[in-house]
Amino acid sequence: MDKGRTLDELAPDVTARITAIDWTGLPESDAKRLRALGVDDGAEVLVLHRGVFGGRDPLAIRLGSMTIAVRRGHATAISVEPVQAETAAA
Amino acid sequence: MSRIKRAALVGNPNAGKSALFNKLTGARQKIANYPGVTVERKAGRMILPSGEPVELVDLPGAYSFDTASPDEEVTRQIVHGEFEGEPVPDVLILVLDAANLEQHLVFAQEVIALGRPTVVALNMVDLAERDGLTLDPAALSEALGVPVIPTVAVRSRGLAELGEAMSSASQADPADRSRHLDHISLPERRLAAKHMARAAILSRSKRAKVERGLDAVMLNPWAGPIILFAFLFVVFQAVFAWATPFADALEAGVGALSAAVTSNIPDGFFRDFLTEGLFAGVGAVVVFLPQIVILFAFILAMEASGYMARAAFIMDRMMAGVGLSGRSFIPLLSSFACAIPGIMATRAIADPKDRLTTILIAPLMTCSARLPVYAVVIAAVIPARTIGAGIGLQGLVLFGLYIAGIVGAMVAALVLRRSFTKGEASGFIMEMPRYQLPRLRDMAIGLWQRAWVFLRRAGTIIFAATIALWVLLSFPKADPGESQVDASIAGQIGSGVAVLVEPIGFNRDIALSLIPAMAAREVAVSSLGTIYAVESSDEDVVAERVTERIGATWTLPTALAFLAWFVFAPQCLSTIAVAKRETNGWKWPVFMLVYLFAAAYVFAGLTYWIAVAAGLGCR
Repeated sequence: MDKGRTLDELAPDVTARITAIDWTGLPESDAKRLRALGVDDGAEVLVLHRGVFGGRDPLAIRLGSMTIAVRRGHATAISVEPVQAETAAA
Repeated sequence: MSRIKRAALVGNPNAGKSALFNKLTGARQKIANYPGVTVERKAGRMILPSGEPVELVDLPGAYSFDTASPDEEVTRQIVHGEFEGEPVPDVLILVLDAANLEQHLVFAQEVIALGRPTVVALNMVDLAERDGLTLDPAALSEALGVPVIPTVAVRSRGLAELGEAMSSASQADPADRSRHLDHISLPERRLAAKHMARAAILSRSKRAKVERGLDAVMLNPWAGPIILFAFLFVVFQAVFAWATPFADALEAGVGALSAAVTSNIPDGFFRDFLTEGLFAGVGAVVVFLPQIVILFAFILAMEASGYMARAAFIMDRMMAGVGLSGRSFIPLLSSFACAIPGIMATRAIADPKDRLTTILIAPLMTCSARLPVYAVVIAAVIPARTIGAGIGLQGLVLFGLYIAGIVGAMVAALVLRRSFTKGEASGFIMEMPRYQLPRLRDMAIGLWQRAWVFLRRAGTIIFAATIALWVLLSFPKADPGESQVDASIAGQIGSGVAVLVEPIGFNRDIALSLIPAMAAREVAVSSLGTIYAVESSDEDVVAERVTERIGATWTLPTALAFLAWFVFAPQCLSTIAVAKRETNGWKWPVFMLVYLFAAAYVFAGLTYWIAVAAGLGCR
């Protein structure tokens, strides 16, 4: 299955829609936490900031009106497609 | 008519529950733990507009009833009426952040679906307005089927209305509640939240520019860490420099009191007890209140402003390097004030091995109880010089001790994660709250609660340990020409312990002070104060300061070894007790004691012998 681009590969400040999440690759507690925060299929996300050392981990992402920190391990499990047109309303 | 006895605040983390709680209850708060778990229970008395008193509980913030942490589990059990000994609240106050409506409405639906009397506090509407949002509470109320009251907790806006809505909600017909929110799935709930949020938002202009702008700097890969470390350095310099005038004033006060007692009470047992035991001992510790208050003020301000979460973000990578996550940073930073709240804050860490590791290394963070010890010894043996650019040598040494604790903790974590707490590295998922100016009132309440804990410790544990030591030091009475300390029971015990600690450069006085200091580290200072007060037979040096005595009688290697000892030594019964409760057994606290004492002994010894070899011992 073509997973397309992952959130980890998304350039900063590009709004994208989550197309799929590989929940099996994540610990159950992390999966619960992400879902509770609204990280799920169809949600629009935006990478705001990344750390500097060791693979630019972690990531700060924008989701709706929230900023959430996640690790690269989470970001690689999240497939996204960039949203065209105007900068996202949220 | 049903009377409301209990109400509870429930809502997402960062919804402003605590600020609302502070406003509704004032300073009349009771903080305890829920039985059996170490989740903090905050309760207070709220007065409804009708004059009725209600017990208001601030439940831990939760994102969902599908729980991922012990905090959320407590909230779930209480609102479901499953928590033993905690009756179901008569009314729930559901706190929503007006500026984060869509997200908070997801959990809101779960709460409302319970069918309990519920009132929504649409909180922080001022911040939403700052972000350019105009909201329609009536539309939201219609969609949720419960009353919605716009509030600005910090300005007391909407609080009376909230109270009235609580009274009427408790009397409403249960059949009217939760008419269209039952049993739907999370995606459905999320979709509903989106529609409700859209309907409730009348207009939207500029987006949260403040957040973006500040985060661009604070979370910048290069500027972020520099700002954080510069900030922490300022904190530690401030703790030393700003507190001095207050500490001096307190010290002068204790000295004056002691002098007044000396001149007004006849010579004898009672006077010795007051001057040598009480003032020399407890007084030596109380003078550190200003430093502790300043440190807590910075920590509270970091939490209240939203910067703490950014600090966790910046530290995550470093923490990941030793097998932990940015989440461990918050408990560890709290441990700089005190390991007890620090260890309790580890409950926010979902991964059990991560949490255990954080508990085990938390005592290595330099807690405020070490400050008195460090401060006295540094003041005694390190010259008060500046080494350019306003950086004091004493402050620098203090900073070095903090760094030593941090490095020790990191190394310990690294080793533990590869041995005793081996396992998968856990994730780091965390909401970054919005930036806010810390509110003076909330800060004041928080500071008061912490200062009170410290003073209560000084008045109980430290007082008792000091008095017990004084009694042991004062009997039996020495023959003329013999030192009182040498003759006393305590002196005999100290000489025994001294055999053990002589190899690491400790003298008899230190050995003696270490035993009562098991109760709490700062007792080491009060004990030394008592020892030197008992020892000095000269009537005119009753108030001789511990600092001067240490400066005069300890060698530099001994003083440095003493400092190194306190970087590691787990001399705090309360910490051990909390660790036992948190880990449900004696295994880990005993492990903690053994590994920390071993480290303390080794590093104090190394420090002593290296210092001696470097020729620092020549006086």
